[in-house]
Parts: sequence; structure tokens; C-alpha cells
Amino acid sequence: MALTKYNYNSFDLTTAASKGLSFNSDADGFETSSGGSMTLIKTLTASSSATLSFVNGSSDVVLDSTYPIYLFKFISIHPATNGADLKVGFRDGSTAYDATKTTTYFSAYHNEAGDTSGLAYDDGEDLAQSANFQNICKSIGNGNDESGSGFLYLFNPSSTTFVKHFISNAASYEANDYILNIYTAGYCNVTAAIDGVQFSMNTGNIDAGTIKLYGIKDS
Amino acid sequence: MALNKLKFNSLNVTPTAGKAVGFNSNADGLEATLEGNAMVFIKKLTASSSATLSFVNGTSDVVLDSTYKEYMFTFSSMHPATDGAHFQVGFRDGGTDYDAVKTSSFWRAQHEESGSTAKIGYDTDFHLTQSTSFQTIIGSESADNDQASSGYLHLFDPASTTFVKHYIAVVSNSNLNDYARVGYTAGYCNTTTAIDAVQFKMSSGNIDAGTITLYGIN
Repeated sequence: MALTKYNYNSFDLTTAASKGLSFNSDADGFETSSGGSMTLIKTLTASSSATLSFVNGSSDVVLDSTYPIYLFKFISIHPATNGADLKVGFRDGSTAYDATKTTTYFSAYHNEAGDTSGLAYDDGEDLAQSANFQNICKSIGNGNDESGSGFLYLFNPSSTTFVKHFISNAASYEANDYILNIYTAGYCNVTAAIDGVQFSMNTGNIDAGTIKLYGIKDS
Repeated sequence: MALNKLKFNSLNVTPTAGKAVGFNSNADGLEATLEGNAMVFIKKLTASSSATLSFVNGTSDVVLDSTYKEYMFTFSSMHPATDGAHFQVGFRDGGTDYDAVKTSSFWRAQHEESGSTAKIGYDTDFHLTQSTSFQTIIGSESADNDQASSGYLHLFDPASTTFVKHYIAVVSNSNLNDYARVGYTAGYCNTTTAIDAVQFKMSSGNIDAGTITLYGIN
């Protein structure tokens, strides 16, 4: 017996380009619906990992002109070494994550004892035309329940005209029992495309944690 | 011959309001559990020597009303025609002018490429006090060929006729004087009239290039 195949025009609704098929608000008819604009591209899970790398074209990673904005979320990053910093580097051509960067870095802080708090620029963590990795989550404790979490936006990485901006905000359970609310922003001062992003600790491994990469559509 | 269209109850699945049809976890049946993503694209505007870029509810497919409780604008590689221009936003609360009264705060961090200056500070030049002026969300843009600014702005509950309308913006730029500078702006349109349009411009000269995209957040 031949199987009946239904086509795009078999359904009782007006079709719309690139839309999905949903039930309407009364659940008594069909309507078209939109997919979301934020697409999960890749999840990497640390397990005593020296680095976590997102490389365009490798392991299903997309990091090119497909999306104008990319969003990384780093969740419960737990260092092997007490007080280690989570850092990020950007690849602009070769295999090294050494794109030149100028950045700002400041944080709000408050300790569990409640006797120290404030807001300060940290000129030990910003970069001035440097190929070094950028600290985005400082001095994370390695107690069993301690970690750091946050996000990083990378704008227009495939541009070959403009510098590439990034903006990050992170919360660190600091090694001396502070909360650090860390703000990092800057740019890769290159007109070459950024096609890879790597995360690592400044010392020791990433013992555990998850980093997710999303693409944000603009059409 | 009339085409026999499949109705909502033609599929072997229990209909659920507002849900999409997908395959189940065993890929051996249908289910009605899929939802659209919480972040929905609405409109992208691309500058090309543009004096302004405007998002007006009900115009050119723009939605900026009670459909969403939160809207997000993203800015990618905004490039001014004029060196030193400030990137600015205005909100429309009735009429045709983008002159909603605003009170806001503005502070920024900056770091020179030479490494000689690094600081954070509140900037009274760019905060507003019950002002109808446009809000600067990053100052002193550079018109050099490779320099630009990128960031985002959240606008909360613009359709409210009860509360003021809050906005929060973060924008990073490569500054006129070769600084990395990031501006943090937060404030509110001090009006209980709905905000139905948002306009972006440079304080001086055109927006030479760049894209601004509007999303609704469910």
C-alpha cells in the first residue's frame, strides 16, 4: 500500500516562509509560528580540562558570518586550583588565540563577613594592545561548592572592516569568600575575522563547568 | 477539484494551544510540546549614511507594544560619519517626537591602548535630569575606518500606562582617542504614557554604518 505523503499545502492555514506549524491559541486550528532568535550551537563540559575551545567548522561549531552576535554562557566553572582566574582568548588567523586586545576591567565586591565592599577599576587585569588572554572571572575558589558563572557577548566576529567588541559580566565565588561582580569589555584590535575562542584558567585545569555557545539571529 | 486541507484535528496528537507540532523523543510519534524561543527577532535596520534609525510600532513590521514585556536592541559595529560623535537614543511617548522625559545615570570604564590611563567614573555629561534630550549611551565615537561600537539596550514594559519605563544599556567602543571604553546607562522615561517608538542617532553627523536589531523577549 502506498504511504500518503502530505505536502506544505496540505494543511488548513496560509503558509508563511520560514515559519513553523503550531496550534492556535484556542487549540482548534493551525497557525504559523516563529522559531527563536537565539540558537544553541555548542555545549562544552569541562572535566579536568586545560582548555575549552570553540573553533569555527570543528565539532559542529559555527563562529562566522552566520550570526552577527554570539553569546557564551559559562556556568559553574570550578577550577582545580584555588584562586584561579577564568580567561578568554580569540583566534584571528593562525592557530594561536592571540588576537591583540585593549580592554577595561572592574568589579564590585563584598565579603561574607560583611565588613568589606566596594567598586573599583582593576588595572592589573585590563589589557593594552596585548596578545595575552583576558581575565573575565577572577580568583575563583575551588571549595567543593565554589565556582564562577557569567556570560560574554562577541559582536560581529566575521567583520574584516571593524575591530571586534566583546562585553562580559561574571559572578565569582572568590577564594577568600567574597562575591565579585566582574565587568569586562574591550575589542580585538584587528580587522581579521575571529574564528575561534578559547577559555582556560590562568593556572591549573578547569575541573568542572559548562560553557555554552549561542548564535543570535538578526533576520 | 477542491484541495482537501488537513484540519487541526487531523493529526494523531492532542492539540495544545500555542504549541508547535514535533516528533516525540523516540521519533515514533507526534507531540504538541514545542515552543518558539524566548527571544524573537522583530526587525533589523542597517545604517548607510543614515541620520536616524527608528523603530516605530506598527510600521515596517515593527512590534513595540504590549506583545512583549521586554525588548532588546543590539548594536553591531556602529560607525559614525563624524569623529567624536556620541551614539544616542530617544523614546516616543505620543506625538511624533522622540522626547519622552528621562532621568538617568551614566558611568563608564576606559583604558588607553597605550596603557597609560585606566579608570572608572561617573560621567555627569551624559546623565539626564528630567530631560527631553536624547540619551547618550556611548560617547566620543571614532570615525576611523576600523573603529566602531557594539552593545545592547533593554527596554522594559514600554506599553505600561501605569509605570515609568526603564531602560538599561551597555555599549563598548573604540574611542576617539584610542581608548577601550564601555558605557553603562540606566534610567527611565518618566511618563505613564506608553512608549511606542525608539530612535537612534549620532549627536553629530550621520550613522555611517552599523546594524541595530530589535528582539522581543517572552
